[in-house]
Amino acid sequence: MDRFNPMAQPVAVGPSAAVVRLNQVAKTYRSGAVDVTALKGVSLEIPYHRFSVVIGASGSGKTTLLNLIGCIDSPSAGTVEVCGQKVGELGDEAVSDFRARNIGFIFQTFSLVPVLSAYENVEYPLLLVDMPAAERRERTLAMLEAVGLTAHAGRRPNELSGGQRQRVAIARALVKGPQVVLADEPTANLDSATGASIIELMRRVQEQSRTTFIFATHDPQLMSHADEIYSIRDGELLDHRHGDAR
Amino acid sequence: MKMLLKIAFRNLLRNLRRTMMTGSAVAAGTLAMLLFGGFTSYIFAGLETNSVQRIGHLTVFRDGYFLLGAGNPAAYGIDHYQDVMKLIQHDPVVGPMINVMTPTQSLVGIAGNFSGDVDASKTFLGVGLIPSDRERMRQWDEFKAGRPYTPDSRLSDADPSRGLIGVGLARVLGLCAPLGLQDCPPLPAAMASPDRENAQVKQDLADLAAHDLGTDRAGAKPKPQIDLLAATSVGAPNVVQLTVSGAEPQGVKELDENYVAMPLSLAQQLVYGRGEHKITGIVLQLHRSEDLPAARARLTALFAQNHLNLDVRDFGELTPFYGQVVRMFSSIFLFIALVMGVIVLFAVVNTMTMNVMERTNEIGTIRAMGVRRSGIRSQFTIEGSLIGAIGATAGAALALLIAALINHAGLTWIPPGNVQEVPLRLDVAGRPLLVVGAWVGLALVATLAALLPANRAARLPVVDALRHV
Repeated sequence: MDRFNPMAQPVAVGPSAAVVRLNQVAKTYRSGAVDVTALKGVSLEIPYHRFSVVIGASGSGKTTLLNLIGCIDSPSAGTVEVCGQKVGELGDEAVSDFRARNIGFIFQTFSLVPVLSAYENVEYPLLLVDMPAAERRERTLAMLEAVGLTAHAGRRPNELSGGQRQRVAIARALVKGPQVVLADEPTANLDSATGASIIELMRRVQEQSRTTFIFATHDPQLMSHADEIYSIRDGELLDHRHGDAR
Repeated sequence: MKMLLKIAFRNLLRNLRRTMMTGSAVAAGTLAMLLFGGFTSYIFAGLETNSVQRIGHLTVFRDGYFLLGAGNPAAYGIDHYQDVMKLIQHDPVVGPMINVMTPTQSLVGIAGNFSGDVDASKTFLGVGLIPSDRERMRQWDEFKAGRPYTPDSRLSDADPSRGLIGVGLARVLGLCAPLGLQDCPPLPAAMASPDRENAQVKQDLADLAAHDLGTDRAGAKPKPQIDLLAATSVGAPNVVQLTVSGAEPQGVKELDENYVAMPLSLAQQLVYGRGEHKITGIVLQLHRSEDLPAARARLTALFAQNHLNLDVRDFGELTPFYGQVVRMFSSIFLFIALVMGVIVLFAVVNTMTMNVMERTNEIGTIRAMGVRRSGIRSQFTIEGSLIGAIGATAGAALALLIAALINHAGLTWIPPGNVQEVPLRLDVAGRPLLVVGAWVGLALVATLAALLPANRAARLPVVDALRHV
């Protein structure tokens, strides 16, 4: 059996060159007695294997867009296609299984399971895809090594610094080899130096693994690493341009 | 599953104080149920032992006696009862189950004390029995819930004229002083001064009794004696003299003031005179109470096969008090179990609701990672189950410890229907079904209680959960 390479390229699913395809997607929330429109007929395509960034001011709809791409929310109108799968056609359990296999998340607040060690947090997604124990262990250790946390594998989140926690979160998002990793303001809770190192790490991982990374951010450091930049304002896609890193 | 258990257990440890408070509620519920259950079990065993020692497990009557025989027991005598007893004894099914089989004769009549200055009489309810069989029956103690056996020689096979009476009857007949009974007031003066007419009746009864017994009063032992007057099976009055060798409290006042126990031969002589001696019942004491239904069914079939007009009744039917006490304590136990169940339910719902609220963001995170709704539901249900299991285990262990301490403390009490103190015991260790039932019951309640917040957690929209601060 080949040794697990955490940076190995994921296999593309579906015939499309776009890993994400949104067609006239709208999202309206009910906030108290008021309907709030977060997205207004957004159509976009995000190609495979890119470091893509969604930028926009607070309340512009970035997080809503990521939630829809991450299949944790459903659009009020339009269709969302991820990895060639029309998400709206899946039931709740199927969507959960789809996320478990194809999508990794990195959150602004790290969102690690506090009662699990760094090792167990990274291992958790592999349990959801019923991976055999030996392979699980190999992958988890390799991933922790890739993010430089082998020495801290047994520590709980409250025993780690913010940067270390975010590294664990990155390892957790990548360990199963997902098609897409979604990161919502991943550096917002970190100081600039730590944020820069995290960006470097993600960029390095992305280049080696060729996983599609999609960020929502207004961190200029992050934007400078982007292959694709999608600007969004008041729920509408303003423009799509290629980033400097391309 | 291993990961679910790991997360559940660690989360319980993380909120240790909350877990301990809720676990304590479960433990207290288990403790209360087991201690009260152990107490009631011991009461039931004590009552059953008391009843079985006195009247056996089963009694065979002539058809109709159970409902109508009290007014005229002699009319319901069992013919050729020795043959019936042989039939039962030699039956391959019932025979081996029997510890003691003994005939009894119930009777009613008037007891009178006309000795010396006393002139008192009272209706009585009598029972004729075989003293040696009675002694063997008194030694039955299958559940170790009876008083330690002490031989009682006040009734004897060798002396058919000796009998026992209730303390109340002894009081009414003015026998307190002769029997050396304490807290027993003397009779009023009017009853202690017979007039001429009564003196004649007294002499007639004494002569009749002396004639029937074939003895001379002058040769009687210097113990208090009473005259027992009853109608024979053919309606003629008959009198025998009973030497009262002791008085025995009966627990119920009405019975205490009417009770007379005498050897079977004396009772038969009083009821049947020189006619064929019959009996009103055949008492069967079994080795084990659990054989009762099988023995009863077999006897019923046996009598039907042999065309015998006999009826079988168990001790529960003959002592309604037993059933009443069992039902009362069972109701109280059920009530306590319900209250404890409700307390555990609310405690676990409250704790698990707090856990869900505190971990809403975590729920959103792991749902985003791909955990299904059912996974979230399982996670919180397992936590509730663990609280229930840990609390119930602690409660059961504590109950066993407290029961052991009480059982060794030498405490005594007077159970319902009894007149003498017995050791106070809590039968918890000897009731594995009770322990397992209480454990499973409360652990199940905790699990069901956790289902409500667990369902709520499972239904949380992922984005709302992730937004939760």
